[in-house]
Amino acid sequence: MTAALRAQGLGKRYGRLWALTDCTLDVPAGRVVGLVGPNGAGKTTLLNLAVGMLTPTSGTIEVLGGRPAASPEQLAKVGYVAQDSPTYAGLSVEDHLQFGARLNPGWDDALARGRIRRLGLDLSRRAGKLSGGQRAQLALTLGVAKRPELLLLDEPVASLDPLARREFLQDLMEAVAEHELSVVLSSHLVSDLERVCDYLVVLVDARVQLGGDIDTLLATHHRLTGPRRDPARLPADQHVISASHTDRQSTFLVRTEAPIIDPAWTVGQIGLEDLVLAYMSQTAANRDSGHGSHTDDRPTLEVQR
Amino acid sequence: MIWLTWRQSRGGVLTMAALLAVLAVILGVTGPSLAHDYSAGLAACGSGGDCSAFLEQFFDDNFAPFLAVTAVMLVLPALIGVFWGAPLIARELEAGTHRLVWNQSITRTRWLAVKLGLTALAAMTVAGLGSLAVTWWASPIDSAADFPRMEPLSFAARGIVPVGYTVFAFALGVTVGMLVRHTLPAMAITLAVFVAVQIAVPLMVRPHLLPPTRSTIEITESNVSRFIRANDDLLVEANVASADAWVLSSHIRDASGHAVAVISMPSTSGPCASPPPDAEEHADPGDDPYVAACLAEIQRLGYRQQTTYHPSSRFWPFQWYEAGIYTALALGLAGFSAWRIRRLPA
Repeated sequence: MTAALRAQGLGKRYGRLWALTDCTLDVPAGRVVGLVGPNGAGKTTLLNLAVGMLTPTSGTIEVLGGRPAASPEQLAKVGYVAQDSPTYAGLSVEDHLQFGARLNPGWDDALARGRIRRLGLDLSRRAGKLSGGQRAQLALTLGVAKRPELLLLDEPVASLDPLARREFLQDLMEAVAEHELSVVLSSHLVSDLERVCDYLVVLVDARVQLGGDIDTLLATHHRLTGPRRDPARLPADQHVISASHTDRQSTFLVRTEAPIIDPAWTVGQIGLEDLVLAYMSQTAANRDSGHGSHTDDRPTLEVQR
Repeated sequence: MIWLTWRQSRGGVLTMAALLAVLAVILGVTGPSLAHDYSAGLAACGSGGDCSAFLEQFFDDNFAPFLAVTAVMLVLPALIGVFWGAPLIARELEAGTHRLVWNQSITRTRWLAVKLGLTALAAMTVAGLGSLAVTWWASPIDSAADFPRMEPLSFAARGIVPVGYTVFAFALGVTVGMLVRHTLPAMAITLAVFVAVQIAVPLMVRPHLLPPTRSTIEITESNVSRFIRANDDLLVEANVASADAWVLSSHIRDASGHAVAVISMPSTSGPCASPPPDAEEHADPGDDPYVAACLAEIQRLGYRQQTTYHPSSRFWPFQWYEAGIYTALALGLAGFSAWRIRRLPA
């Protein structure tokens, strides 16, 4: 089976600043992938590289086995809803459906019109007069009705209020279930993605910090609580992601394939959000202690419930 | 893609079509009577011999509309460059809609080719029809005018060059828009560059499209067009052999071949002395016996007029050359745009 997205040493530089460095990823097809990271971490850059809006400075990227935007066939296989859901402000909803139908040989008109009807959008209304949520829905409709094999969504819910956010994601999941899409959606909020994703890629400071199946990630990360201990004394197959200590007690987040057998530990499960935060603060810690290569301050992951 | 191009540009195209229709109606209604007045006037004076008075009168009477239609043709290419060319891509980049359209099942090269090709075709049609109507309507006035039709102002507003200017202005606007990425600055830069080119070409390029004709002639009472006395200085000028020529430069040279601004002749005595105050006035200096006597003396002293010019027979060759040059420039810009758009960052 071809990977939905495969990157090898992928990098993109703007002037002197690397927006993405040394990105190696192999995302299987048929998954709903959450791309998480703080603002400016390189999420949009990665997505733009995947759809061919940008060309890599270094490395390679392959999407569904092809070079991004290399041909009309490749373009037809990949749907993209860019950040802020761009639509033509002067064209009506009907015009946008025409637009989709005429520019995409695989256009599913019944699907598009069904969605628009369900959403209660007025066909004669200009896109510029729609609310942010309606525009996002229109852009998603264009992306889905194109019938791509892979749909990429850049911060699709950023402009939506919590209710619209839930409806949008629900709607997206229905479309995914119905049409067997692979989806990559980015957000700086883990909570947005938790409900819908089964695969996670964490991007911090232009680097991929973590990538994998969410169930596997949760199963291989453990919170260990026990008597105070030096992290160097943990077994070699337990990678410490974060550690905190009180006078008597240590708490570690470790990644390991093997079961935890040391009876001294109380082993706890960890939630997705804590997991992501641990990886992000790890980067922050490296940066603060001078090990990281980045010195500029970036906003950290926002947590919203 | 054709649908999209039409849907996005139909406002501008329909507006332009409406303006063109208004112009066509006005010219169509007034044109035949203008042509009739001209031929009737010529026939009336033709029996008497000298038509110059009628021609002058006819030109003066129709000067305002002549200027208006000429201005329309001079402004039209700039309008198309600014309002059709510059926003074509800049507006998409500005609104972010390029990220929508470049992710449909169509490569951005093809997107550009269709948009550029169809809109350029529409622009050329507008310019071609406009120029055809104006050239037809103004032909009696052009014939009556006392300046040659190769004069930069009327050359640029007649024939086929407006089509070349228009397609160039359009391609220029598109390219500038793609590089600048913002509509308003792109419009301003397009206008500035286009105006600069339109000023530079008649001054620096057009005179050299073909090697100009150079002729050295004697000034006689049959060809003298200007004769001005200022104390002891004489300012004289003759018409070149081809009366409708586009004169690039004209000098009086003395017997040793040096260019002189004025001819110095005593005004108090000799053949170039000022005529007595009661002498008859002549509209044409060639009819004045005092002038004729002076010219004979000037000739005897070896003064000649050296003129560099393009004869009026070069009007159409120049039209084709210049339209060709502008079209080639437009194609170059289109090629650059096609190359550039594939590397355009998101």
